[in-house]
Amino acid sequence: MDRNSNTYTFIYAAVMVILVAAILASVAMALRPRQARNIEIEKKQNILASVNISTTVANTEEIYADKIRTQYVVNLKGEVVEGVDAFEVDLKREKAKPVEERLLPVFECETESGLKYIFPLRGTGLWGPVWGFVSLNDDMNTIYGANFDHESETPGLGAEISTIWFQEAFKGKKLFDESGRLVSITVTKVGQEAPETHSVDGISGGTITSKGLEKMLLEDFDSYKKFLMKKK
Amino acid sequence: MSEPLFSKKNLKLLSDPMNNSNPITVQVLGICSALAVTAQLKPSVVMAISVMAVMGLANVIISLLRNTIPNRIRIIVQLVVIASLVILVDQVLKAFVYDVSKQLSVFVGLIITNCIIMGRLEAFALGNRPWPSFLDGVGNAAGYGVILIIVGSVRELFGSGSVYGYQIVPDSWYIANGGFYENNGMMILPPMALITVGIIIWVQRSRNRKLIED
Repeated sequence: MDRNSNTYTFIYAAVMVILVAAILASVAMALRPRQARNIEIEKKQNILASVNISTTVANTEEIYADKIRTQYVVNLKGEVVEGVDAFEVDLKREKAKPVEERLLPVFECETESGLKYIFPLRGTGLWGPVWGFVSLNDDMNTIYGANFDHESETPGLGAEISTIWFQEAFKGKKLFDESGRLVSITVTKVGQEAPETHSVDGISGGTITSKGLEKMLLEDFDSYKKFLMKKK
Repeated sequence: MSEPLFSKKNLKLLSDPMNNSNPITVQVLGICSALAVTAQLKPSVVMAISVMAVMGLANVIISLLRNTIPNRIRIIVQLVVIASLVILVDQVLKAFVYDVSKQLSVFVGLIITNCIIMGRLEAFALGNRPWPSFLDGVGNAAGYGVILIIVGSVRELFGSGSVYGYQIVPDSWYIANGGFYENNGMMILPPMALITVGIIIWVQRSRNRKLIED
């Protein structure tokens, strides 16, 4: 058959597309359960990391079941919403809803230094979403630990938010100022003035990611505000 | 096959891209990803390995199909092959080595846009048998990888004071600790990657005058 004829070209393109689609679809379907499990384990690892417990892939499930005994969902008014599994709440979907309708998951973890509350957060960085888990002491003000991650921030720059040194800096910082106003944490540049209890050092070259993280902390803790006040 | 697998001609396919036909410094292809991923050494290495896998395989597949591909849609066929391979690699990594796939994140997608791959498919695989095509793919990926690794080491060393995540510059040297040294913040930004590549090109051309154009 003439390789330059229209018919040949059309048939070739059609067969190629169907073949490739079939291969990719079957591979994706075959691998999905494994991928979903990896993602679930990672989420549990991140939740535990925010209360400063490091785990391996193998022992995550066990430690999680042992440490995180209570998890529930609250709404903007700080009331517990019944019948929802906090672990299954998809923050991406919640963020698309108006703030009054959002489901806000809370995880409780019993540690050696008392009860900690873990809050999942989600915002936008430079290239895509950033998210994280921040744990508070039972004064509902002091940060006990933080864990951040991102989808596609630039390695060496914005992606530094998922490194230990950046996350360590959040420990002991406070969300509310003395007058009880939510000021959250700012990520500052060298030379920028900010109260020490409410700021951490920024990342050179990662300004937009840092700003996104800042906004995420302020906005998401703002939606938990009523709940935090109640528990105080 | 009439000629041995590693004949002189075939070996040249592997070694040439490392030297006088290097895809980055001589052909000036693939600069975009070379700038994007080289702020640190580790992603540079991972990127080099992934490109090698995709380029080797894509060259073989296109070479096998070379007598069936309709001329008018050959670029699209090449693109489909590269994109499918990249998606397959990504899916497999996500399922079996999740932490590696997380490190790669954006780079996997970037492989599709790497012009070296398409350049080799078009220039070599369409007209040659699978084995030489495979060597050509691996060779060019290696030539690309070598530059990535050099630039990645230089940028990480001067930009962050470490290499492959290991601290090289002693902590006591830093101004913050009472020393005299400060990391060059410019190094972690893309312009310095371009300047570093430029210096490599300069050195290479001053050593090999044949590469200088009139």
